[in-house]
Amino acid sequence: MPVFLPTDGLVWLLVAAVAGFTWVCSRRPHLAAPWARVFRSRAAVASLVVLAAFVLVGLLDSLHYRPQLPAKAPGAPAVYSVEARSLLDVVLTPLRTRLEKTYSAPLATRLFQKEQVEQPDGRSVREFPRLRHGGAHLKDEADWGRDIAWRIIGGLAAAIALWSLAVFAGRRTLARRWPDVPWGAAAAALGALLLLAGPAALLATGYHVFGTDRVGSDVLYQALKSIRTSLVIGTLTTLVLLPLGIAAGVAAGYFKGWVDDVIQYLYTTLNSIPGVLLIAAFVLMLQVFLDNHAGWFATSAERADVRLLALCAILGLTSWTGLARLLRGEALKLSELEYIQAAHAFGVSHARILGRHILPNVSHIIVIALVMDFSGLVLAEAVLSYVGVGVDPSTTSFGTMINSARLEMAREPMVWWSLAAAFVFMFALVLAANLFADAVRDGFDPRVRV
Amino acid sequence: MIAYILRRVLYAIPILVGVNLLTFLLFFMVNTPDDMARMQLGQKRVTPEAIQKWKAERGYDKPLVFNGAEAGARQFTNTIFFEKSVKLFAFDFGRAEDNRDIANEIRTRMWPSLALAIPVFLIGIAVNITFALGMAFFRATVLDLTGVVLCVAMMSISSLFYIIGGQYLLSKLWHLVPISGYAGGVDAIKFVVLPVIIGVIGGIGSGSRWYRTLFLEEMGKDYVRTARAKGLSEPVVMFRHVLKNALIPILTGVVVVIPLLFMGSLIAESFFGIPGLGSYTIDAIQAQDFAVLRSMVFIGAVLYIVGLLLTDISYTLVDPRVRLN
Repeated sequence: MPVFLPTDGLVWLLVAAVAGFTWVCSRRPHLAAPWARVFRSRAAVASLVVLAAFVLVGLLDSLHYRPQLPAKAPGAPAVYSVEARSLLDVVLTPLRTRLEKTYSAPLATRLFQKEQVEQPDGRSVREFPRLRHGGAHLKDEADWGRDIAWRIIGGLAAAIALWSLAVFAGRRTLARRWPDVPWGAAAAALGALLLLAGPAALLATGYHVFGTDRVGSDVLYQALKSIRTSLVIGTLTTLVLLPLGIAAGVAAGYFKGWVDDVIQYLYTTLNSIPGVLLIAAFVLMLQVFLDNHAGWFATSAERADVRLLALCAILGLTSWTGLARLLRGEALKLSELEYIQAAHAFGVSHARILGRHILPNVSHIIVIALVMDFSGLVLAEAVLSYVGVGVDPSTTSFGTMINSARLEMAREPMVWWSLAAAFVFMFALVLAANLFADAVRDGFDPRVRV
Repeated sequence: MIAYILRRVLYAIPILVGVNLLTFLLFFMVNTPDDMARMQLGQKRVTPEAIQKWKAERGYDKPLVFNGAEAGARQFTNTIFFEKSVKLFAFDFGRAEDNRDIANEIRTRMWPSLALAIPVFLIGIAVNITFALGMAFFRATVLDLTGVVLCVAMMSISSLFYIIGGQYLLSKLWHLVPISGYAGGVDAIKFVVLPVIIGVIGGIGSGSRWYRTLFLEEMGKDYVRTARAKGLSEPVVMFRHVLKNALIPILTGVVVVIPLLFMGSLIAESFFGIPGLGSYTIDAIQAQDFAVLRSMVFIGAVLYIVGLLLTDISYTLVDPRVRLN
């Protein structure tokens, strides 16, 4: 039975909007020109490939359903589990279901802690017990090194084969259609991704690539699940931020007078409250509200999802001021230009001037602000979760991963793999987003246009 | 000048009123004191008497904005709005959940916050300007490109990882400094060194990159070309002309955060166990102590407005072309 979580719906809406925007841009040369400049940058193309991989994981994780429970009696009405699963969960079933008892190091075959183990002859010995799943296929643990090596080689071989196939296919189709795009960078990024993913995938079938956490669940699985949370926060926030920022900024700059005064007053007031405090105040109030209306939600997943959505709304409500200020300045400049004056003289209505003349001419600022905000939001999520005003504790996110791993720092020897996994995934995502944002800014900035 | 400052101070009043109304709306209207009491006391098995007692202890048992039971001015003063929100203007913050005086806490916790925030701020600016100047000097070379790539990479690392990594390397692995804690007086130095280093390193990425663009923008201007045409050497151009003029946007950009240094750093203070205002705020958030949170929001807003005022004044001081009107 399919389940529609609110964020899922909005994510797919956003995908549709991006698709529509792409279609519109591709048909208008003046809109396509800045994007063409963006896609001539090698950094942009390479980072887009990486981002696309993240988005793919996030989208797979945004299709939820409730699995049918086995029927108790033939002919009985179908009963569905209360747990919502996503397509990604299905793909990662081995990772999701192979739980260990507690911590285990990456690629380990034994648990991280000593336990009393009953020997076949009845004696009990304190030792590191074998893992239930990690390396369980090994008959002799001495084969561990050879098995790992073979899996890595196999993964690399598969990656190279896949990569060659993709490059071969791409050269025939994509490269002919768009010869200006630096496909070499895309191929390099794809190759790097595959070379990492191939061995990781093969190793993951037999081991825990990033180890397991305190309750024994696979850290790689958690990291992959966190991607969706990050993407949702980085993108859905814009659904609130954009309308507020555009409406306020353009109205203030275009109408001037008291409208400008009111809007300026509003955003100075909001701006003057330190960001984290404002968000914390909103989130705490939300928490009180959700706690007092616990009956509204059928499943905990739904509740966590509503909280995630509300967090996006709160982030949007508290961060539209920057965009509004930029747009106000630009609209102020534009409204003094001759062609706007001429439109006024011809008796064109305000709505038409705003829609036909002002908005298209500030759109580059909107696009730049959008892509620039993304990485900041992903980073903010981690900090907010650490402060305790981020996503629901039951939602997997990089913030919750870091937060729970923080306590493990004090252990001796240290449990470092949760942090490492969060670091690697977050760094890749944010770095790619930052590089892409830079390329977009360079492509759209009218100052660099020749 | 004085008239200008006076006007700006007067302009700050409606903003503070707005902040005050917003916090009142958030903390008392969206969720009534009853809701808060239920949450603080635990969801289940809360008797109405317990709620009443909780509210009475904190002075939340009054009407929100209008008290019909009183006469005259007390109709408005004997309300939650007056007691909890209006009194913030007199810096009367009331008491926290643990019954300590918030104003007193702020006065004592301010110093550890400053001991951490001021070195981070000053050293950070010096380091960032040095790096940015270096990159601008070697612009469009491999050195510059490496620097920019490094900056973007450093920007992409969450501040949490800087702290965790720094703690691990310097304290756990090399045992150079204590991992966390704080002591007053001169002893504070050894506790503050690590957070300061981490704070500075964490800021290099975005700071240096931003200053670099400022320097490059300044270097494209006509007076720089004239200076070069006069035959001045590149270092002289950089230090005597470009650095001086680029300092204007840098200074005015950082002035706004100076008052906010009082608020301390939320994350660093709580990670390193420094008893400053940042960790006070975090503790308040985690304990859901709304009285402290309201006070911090108000103080933050006041400091931000002071920062804006200082920015405007510093503009006129460093750049005489800016006129006040």
